[in-house]
Amino acid sequence: MTVALDQPVAAAKPARRGRFSINVVPYLQAAPLALILGAFLLLPILMIAVVSFWDYDFAAMYPDFLTTNYADTLGSWVTWKTYLNTLKYAGIVWALTLFIGFWVAYFLAFHIRTTAMQMVLFLVCTVPFLTSNIIRMISWIPVLGRNGLVNSTLVEIGLIPKPIEWLLYSEFAVVLAMVHLYTLFMVTPIFNTLMRIDKSLIEAARDAGASGWQVLWNVIIPLAKPGMAIGTIFVVTLVMADFSTVQVMSGGQSASVALMMKNQMSLLQYPAAAANAVVLLVLVLLMVAGILRIVDIRKEL
Amino acid sequence: MTNTTDKKTGISRRSLLKTGAAAVGLAAGSGAITGFPTIWAQNPITLRQFGTGVSNLNAIADKCKADLGITLEMTATDSDAAAQRAVTQPDSYDIADIEYWIAKKVYPSGVMQPMDVKKLKYYDKIVPLFITGKLTPDSVIAQGTAPHTVGFVEAQDAKTFAKQPTQWMTMVPTIYNADTLGIRPDLVGRDITTWADIMDPAFKGKAAILNIPSIGIMDAAMIMEAMGNIKYADKGNMTKEEIDKTIDFLIKAKQDGQFRAFWKSFDESVNLMASGEVVIQSMWSPAVAAVRSKGIACKYQPLKEGYRSWGGGLGLAAHLKGAELDAAYEYINWYLSGWVGAYLNRQGYYSAAMDTAKQFMSEDEWGYWVDGKPAKGDIMAPDGKIMEKAGAVRDGGSFVERMGKVACWNSVMDEDRYMVRRWNEFIAA
Repeated sequence: MTVALDQPVAAAKPARRGRFSINVVPYLQAAPLALILGAFLLLPILMIAVVSFWDYDFAAMYPDFLTTNYADTLGSWVTWKTYLNTLKYAGIVWALTLFIGFWVAYFLAFHIRTTAMQMVLFLVCTVPFLTSNIIRMISWIPVLGRNGLVNSTLVEIGLIPKPIEWLLYSEFAVVLAMVHLYTLFMVTPIFNTLMRIDKSLIEAARDAGASGWQVLWNVIIPLAKPGMAIGTIFVVTLVMADFSTVQVMSGGQSASVALMMKNQMSLLQYPAAAANAVVLLVLVLLMVAGILRIVDIRKEL
Repeated sequence: MTNTTDKKTGISRRSLLKTGAAAVGLAAGSGAITGFPTIWAQNPITLRQFGTGVSNLNAIADKCKADLGITLEMTATDSDAAAQRAVTQPDSYDIADIEYWIAKKVYPSGVMQPMDVKKLKYYDKIVPLFITGKLTPDSVIAQGTAPHTVGFVEAQDAKTFAKQPTQWMTMVPTIYNADTLGIRPDLVGRDITTWADIMDPAFKGKAAILNIPSIGIMDAAMIMEAMGNIKYADKGNMTKEEIDKTIDFLIKAKQDGQFRAFWKSFDESVNLMASGEVVIQSMWSPAVAAVRSKGIACKYQPLKEGYRSWGGGLGLAAHLKGAELDAAYEYINWYLSGWVGAYLNRQGYYSAAMDTAKQFMSEDEWGYWVDGKPAKGDIMAPDGKIMEKAGAVRDGGSFVERMGKVACWNSVMDEDRYMVRRWNEFIAA
């Protein structure tokens, strides 16, 4: 780059043309990504925002500027209840995946000595992800059902007189399936940051007389924060956007925001669903912004 | 050429076809007319049919190709998408295979054309349920969107439905059935006789209803009325107060833990029943058969209040004309001529022209599926698997017993949007 810059300056006439093309280069380099993001991310989001103001009936949408879709969405107790319910799922699942994910990553990073073994065990963690999301979710049904594995085993060994009903088609089932599905999204970024921690920092802390807990609390966790933040963004956005897990594991008894949108879309009420999508997008962006305010990912990476 | 034939009345079907064939032949530039029925094979005609999936069966397309040489391109969607497509993309299909309540929404928009009953060879064989609304002369006309109320228009270009049968039929019925509750006879532990039984506290946490608003609300209405909570003027067209009352009742039942789940798809309903999670629920007849095929007892229980019924038919797109229109009539006439009817009857549905279907069914099949008699031999599914063992009797009995006890038809309400909004509240509650 510097060589290329120096030469046109030295040469007199073609300099301007050369400099011009050099100024363009960074834009050209950024262009493919910008085009892809623009065409496949920004444009659709813009369209969703535009459509959310349209009118509709069972057959078609009519370009318009109505706020009724938002009034209907925000004015109904169903929406508020559904959002609260979704946030509740997000909170519980986040806490559980963070706890489990951190300890799995901690074990992998500090208790496994060889890098090769670490990689092997990390790959083992990802093995379940070679099957589809849906299959991993649905396979819980025969396990948790009224006559499922857990219940029939417990009844047979005499621990419980009759099957536990709340194992399946309940909020418990939804949270369980989500934790199962999303923990790896927490493990990976945390494992990544833990691996970057300079081991000499821990030695220094020990030399200074810190106990195991103090090392953990004052050295490892603060340094793992960026990983936790990234994992949190993954898990929270996944849970906020989930509809299939909630539908299948709650037996249709529980609602989530995305499920509400899916219902609206299957009834072809696209503008209503679009309004909902915009509200959800704003909420999730605010949550992500909040996370980034607490933890500066770029600074600490 | 085709236009001239269209205007003549009383022309025989064969000569109509020949003229149609000539038109096609000329259009293709071959000039040579070889006789029926290979005409369509030589000048390939493709009809694009879309619909709600129940009757979009590959076996029918294959047989149609073999018998008529007409290629059927079938697309299946769910009912709401079908309604939308019918209206917004009228050029994307030639034949709409939709339910009658969808036709009530779609037909007035002018995207379909009526059929001339004079060109329907088997018109007088169509079950009177679709003509007059009465299966037998003394039947009571059911509530909801009864097919005969949207089955005819006054004139070829009319958009409003006729009060009585006319020369112009909006849709030729193809497939219909009567739905009720499915039960696990081994687990319910008592006789189930009424829709109200699903709310029995004994089945707390073991009942399910379907989460498709337009159908679920009808099941709920049957339950409400059976419990004596309300008397609807028309279950198929509730007022806002009636909707409120029904949904409030459902919400209360849900919060009391009466329901185990709400199912949306066919296989969900099968799994709920087969696993014993649920012992009584709304169900569709093929789902009952699917549970039974796993060797698990399941009964499609007739109830004293009657059935909730549904029906679909074939309608012609407005843009069809000339040879394609002739081919469409030919296809519909073939549809009613018996083979398809027998195929559908054997799956536990009913065909529109029972008399023609009978010729394609064995005496035992007809006895089991339609007359409600005990099967003499094993009853086979169309794919050759054993469906019922010898001696079995169809739940609900004969065709007349089942279709004669229809209490309401699937329908579209004037307060549709309000109902859907309240239904979503029920699911979120």
